Amino acid sequence: MRKLPWPRRQLRQTIEGYLFIAPWIIGFVLFIAGPVAASLGLSFFEWSLIRPPRFVGAENYVSMFTDDPLFWQSLRVTLIYVAVAVPLQIAFALLLALLLNQKVRMIPIFRTMFYLPSVVGFVAVAVLWQWLYQPELGLINDFLGRVGIEGPAWLISRRWALPAVIGASLWTVGGTMIIFLAGLQNIPRHLFEAAALDGAGEWGQFRHVTLPMLSPVIFFNLILGMIAGFRTFELPLVMTNGGPLNATMFYAVYLYLNAFTFLKMGYAAALAWILLIVIVAVTVVQLRLARHWVYYEFE
Amino acid sequence: MSSSRPDKAAVQSKDYSEAIGGEGRQPVLQQRRYREAAESGRRLGLLRQGATYLMLIGLSLVMLLPFLWMVSTALKPHASVFSIPPEWFPRPWVWRNFVDALTFLGHPVHLYAWNTIVISVLGVAGVLISSSLVAFGFARLEFPGRDTLFVIVLGTMMLPPAVMMVPKFILFRELGWLDTFKPLIVPFWFGAPFHIFLLRQFFLSIPKDLDDAARIDGASSFQIYWHIILPLSKPALATVAIFAFVYHWNDLLEPLIFLSSQENWTLALFLASFQGYMLVPRWNLLMAASTVLVLPLLVLFFFAQRLFIGGITITGMKG
Repeated sequence: MRKLPWPRRQLRQTIEGYLFIAPWIIGFVLFIAGPVAASLGLSFFEWSLIRPPRFVGAENYVSMFTDDPLFWQSLRVTLIYVAVAVPLQIAFALLLALLLNQKVRMIPIFRTMFYLPSVVGFVAVAVLWQWLYQPELGLINDFLGRVGIEGPAWLISRRWALPAVIGASLWTVGGTMIIFLAGLQNIPRHLFEAAALDGAGEWGQFRHVTLPMLSPVIFFNLILGMIAGFRTFELPLVMTNGGPLNATMFYAVYLYLNAFTFLKMGYAAALAWILLIVIVAVTVVQLRLARHWVYYEFE
Repeated sequence: MSSSRPDKAAVQSKDYSEAIGGEGRQPVLQQRRYREAAESGRRLGLLRQGATYLMLIGLSLVMLLPFLWMVSTALKPHASVFSIPPEWFPRPWVWRNFVDALTFLGHPVHLYAWNTIVISVLGVAGVLISSSLVAFGFARLEFPGRDTLFVIVLGTMMLPPAVMMVPKFILFRELGWLDTFKPLIVPFWFGAPFHIFLLRQFFLSIPKDLDDAARIDGASSFQIYWHIILPLSKPALATVAIFAFVYHWNDLLEPLIFLSSQENWTLALFLASFQGYMLVPRWNLLMAASTVLVLPLLVLFFFAQRLFIGGITITGMKG
């Protein structure tokens, strides 16, 4: 297209457009871009809030990588959570959505019940599941006992605390489930009919119609789940406070402790930047991988 | 609400008779074979329906039982909390647990509830006003740089709040806002990315002709926003209001960082620190406090279910 001199109307819309989005621009600079940039600067200082900040160069980063086993532990816990809990959440939410997509009665009631836990917030979920996970008094070990399994000590056990947190997180997949349900209902019926005519059974239809048609939605949920995974904070903080013996020391919890319990502001800022880099890296990998398995109808 | 969909068996047998291209034209033997197939299909359909119900009910119990257990524990006397195996029905019902939980060690929980409401309401107001203005700009106006900026909006959704935590704390410390509600409210008056995204998606679905017609009649952009787009977007705005309310009601991280004196606490902060005051956890009181935190949300959900579920569906749309 040839460049034409800007008509007045376009100029006006541009000014108006920026006025409308001005709140976000101001907020972005003050509360997002500013803090993120300040974090970078701060990460080269040692600062306890009490004494004035002292420039230490890259020392925070050096000691993080060479001298802080808890940094590695918190990174490990968080990556395990993202790699294990998020796929489980997606599989479980998909199962729930597939059930709700069946042609049976009372679906709205079931949908309500499946979504219910997702309304209550992580603090209440954490307190409630702490009670359910009690080794002797808890409901979960009571049920396990009835089928002849001796349940572990869950939140007090180094081995079972993280799986327990992951289990509790599966309870609140309502949002993911609803997005899947909408995706399922958008798949044109005739695709299933065509597949059935070609002799595809139930599983064949799921494998060759449902999954490919749903892959953009799965990808969307995967990214959302990953973001939520990296910010996991309330659940471990309230359920275990990072314990026992740091078995559930999530990255966000460790960052919080450094900043507001140990008052190591500079170190916490450095941790924040490493988290940022990890998230960007994982997202880039996801976007690359997506090319191989996400199917877009109109490409 | 009851589903008006035909049941599975009926659909299947109809499919079969369609698949054979109308009866009568087929040779008799083949017809019989199809009929047998339809019959076994119907039986399979019933079996499948039964299995579906079984799973639906089983999973509903998984979702529901913890809530019932929470309320049951909240009403139990202290001693029967420790009974093995667990008792499902409290004997006697101890309503006093709620009083004890809400006045635990002299905590002014009514004040916490009030604080939570103030923060939630002011936060929701800010989110509604600012996010709808910003979303209007992104959805209905054309200007250079718009799409790039919108990608940045989406990108900021990826940032965990923990990343901004330290500099925000220092900023609010410099402003003298620590231990006030301002850090929990003011940022939400500058647009929240998720809600901008949600409203933009909804605004995009409103025909653009409406704007053009109004512009020909001499309406300004703000008039279009106020008199056309907002009235048409009530469901989306209600959804945003509800999501923002639930967020503020449940949020722990920000109150934990920015509020210190007890008279400024929120309910979530109270519940999160409740057990810290006990040597042996008093589960009945903890569950009573949890019930108080959770109940308003459950009531809200039952009355506004459509908005919750519809709102999530909007975010899943393409565009």
